[in-house]
Amino acid sequence: MIAFVFDILTATIRNATPLALGTIGETYAERSGVLNLGIEGTMYAGAFFGFATAFWTGSLELGLLAAVLVGLVAGGLMAFLTVTLGANQHVSGLGLTLLLIGVSEFGNRLAFGGGQSLRRIDPYPLVDPLELGGPFSQYALTYVTFLAFVPLAWWVLMRTRFGLAIRAVGEDPEAADAAGISVFRTRYAALMVGGVLMAVGGAFFTLAALGSFTLDIIAGRGWVVIALVIFGRWGIWRAVAGALLFSAVYSLQLRLRVTPGWQDVPFELLLALPYLVVIAALALSGRNVAYPGAYLKPYRRT
Amino acid sequence: MRRGEIHALLGENGAGKTTLMRVVYGLTRPDSGEIVVAGRPVAIRSPKDAIAAGIGMVTQHFSLVRPMTVAENLALGRGSGMRLDLTLAAAAATEASQRLGMRVQPSARVDSLSIGQQQRVEIVKALARDCRVLILDEPTAVLVPQEVEGLFSALRKLAAQGLAIVFISHKLGEVLALTDRVTVLRGGRVEGSAVTAAVDERTLAELMVGRPVVGQERAPAVVGSATRDPLLEVDSLAANKANGLPALRGVSFRVHAREVLGVAGVSGNGQSELVEVLSGTRPLGGGLVKVAGVTLRGGSVPEVIRAGIGRIAEDRQASVVGDLSVAYNLVLERIDDFRKGGRLDEEAIQRNARSLIERFAIRATPQAPVRTLSGGNIQKVLLARVLAREPKVLIVSQPTRGLDVGATEYVRSELLAARERGAAVLLVSEDLDELLALSDRLIVMYEGKVVGALNAAGADRGQLGLLMAGRGSAGAAAEQSA
Repeated sequence: MIAFVFDILTATIRNATPLALGTIGETYAERSGVLNLGIEGTMYAGAFFGFATAFWTGSLELGLLAAVLVGLVAGGLMAFLTVTLGANQHVSGLGLTLLLIGVSEFGNRLAFGGGQSLRRIDPYPLVDPLELGGPFSQYALTYVTFLAFVPLAWWVLMRTRFGLAIRAVGEDPEAADAAGISVFRTRYAALMVGGVLMAVGGAFFTLAALGSFTLDIIAGRGWVVIALVIFGRWGIWRAVAGALLFSAVYSLQLRLRVTPGWQDVPFELLLALPYLVVIAALALSGRNVAYPGAYLKPYRRT
Repeated sequence: MRRGEIHALLGENGAGKTTLMRVVYGLTRPDSGEIVVAGRPVAIRSPKDAIAAGIGMVTQHFSLVRPMTVAENLALGRGSGMRLDLTLAAAAATEASQRLGMRVQPSARVDSLSIGQQQRVEIVKALARDCRVLILDEPTAVLVPQEVEGLFSALRKLAAQGLAIVFISHKLGEVLALTDRVTVLRGGRVEGSAVTAAVDERTLAELMVGRPVVGQERAPAVVGSATRDPLLEVDSLAANKANGLPALRGVSFRVHAREVLGVAGVSGNGQSELVEVLSGTRPLGGGLVKVAGVTLRGGSVPEVIRAGIGRIAEDRQASVVGDLSVAYNLVLERIDDFRKGGRLDEEAIQRNARSLIERFAIRATPQAPVRTLSGGNIQKVLLARVLAREPKVLIVSQPTRGLDVGATEYVRSELLAARERGAAVLLVSEDLDELLALSDRLIVMYEGKVVGALNAAGADRGQLGLLMAGRGSAGAAAEQSA
């Protein structure tokens, strides 16, 4: 039983890593007033270009760097569409996702002949710096995410001038502008930082967890993140807690599928379980949430 | 502008006061011209440049991020380095509020503060940035009389400390009471500039309007009207806000024929909900509404129209369909009267439009889409639409907000004309001058209740202010007659 719980815990933390990264990234975008539905595509492109770069150069670090660049470009593009051009955020975000998935699949076809490529790289290994075993045996990126990125993201958002600027342009861009803050620059920055986190979250799959690229690699996790951010009420800690909750149910159902006595339960039902939990959690906690004041609204000086 | 001077910028709506100051503060770009601060020409492209040049501004809509604390708002766009130093911001808030002579709590969330307090935070914000020139755009529009006094004494204190203050207003009394010099704008030009002590109200008004002004002529209240049957009776009315909290807690009053009942109060004390219930757009939460003796079920617009209520709503843009023509908007409430079989009687609609446009001096053709009209002309369209039906009861909310002096005079004279014709008028307004000029009697609303009732003639502003702030009580005699 202990072993079972430990297994679930280990998997929960591991599977929560890309969700936590994406959640932080999306929270930054939305706190600045921009709903970034490009997240699914950004994670996907991060996964693909991270993998392809690592495959060609033989360097995982360069793969990670490629994902960072993809995130900057994706976030910058989203900012150009929604901030500079003032385009509808839903359309821009969905368009960005379609574009990035298309580009990645096209790249996959060109480079690896498409389909379910069986090319593999040697991914990042599991590390266990404290040599405690069990749940402590994780990827370095997981350690960095939960011990550094999550607290840092909170600190930057709540305790720095940059974070205050993000929150201000997301709540009331007129007031922020009148206070001498550049709404455009702040939103660009928030979207690009957010894009990097999303793309690195995607690259986690190819560079750490799997070591290969498959076509359904992100499998809607970007959309799950959108729900988690609302569940988290645009706070870092609550959103990450939501990521862990989703991941726990996800990991549990993965494990149950191979647990004796559970094989009679249709696995599709188990597969749907984490999504049902997200919907239920959202229905319970998502009522009367206060969206950022300038959510979905492009800013123009009048 | 000189150091230590309070300078009034006076003009009608649309005269260019606000635009001029937005240019100075970098919110709007000038086409040409130059701005000189302390002897040096400065290029102001954004509020950041303005702040650097020592200019601070308190706009009509506050530039505060509402879900944040006072300290966070002060820290916004200030300081250096990466860390956000809220202790420093709080200290700056305290120091600036001492200069102002008014208390401000740095840890309070802005959306928990009253409008008057938020305005203080705005001034404190500008002071904390070492502004040398402080611009206030119609700062008294949102305040009750006592708060206005407090603001004036604070501004005098700041001027004594060497600050130059621009006070934008269209209220002559305030300009005369507070300022040292005055500049009058009309139609985007400077019409004149003078030392305030050397001019009187009439001279300023004529400069502002460009022609001699006449006051409102109002027929005296009909003596003994209270003994006649009331046209609108409201008894223990209750209603909820959109969020389910109570907005009206047992409101009762009567309005008689040939009578204007003014509803005073700081906005957000139930006036909007009262108007909505009487307009049929908000369900009755309890109590009784009778129009000419007929009880309304409530929550139905057609019922309200049938009962003979005419409505001039607060949001005039939302009361018209902007893309439809003036002619269609004029028949919108009674489209059934303009049918020929199953089709619209276009000819009758156009005829109706032409006659109403002439009668109400609307500056537009029948075919013009309403959204192309000025605020004053849209209000005239609404007046025409409502008054053409000769309603027994008229529910009017903020009828002259945002209108210039000419249009305001017109709207007010039409309301008084409706009263002469025998209508009962319920007038909700945040403009005390308007209420006092038009009403026969006044009621004051505070937190969803009627906290006072008095006769408009000889009403004391100080007492009204206290009532609006939820303190004091008023004339039991008047209350009985209500």
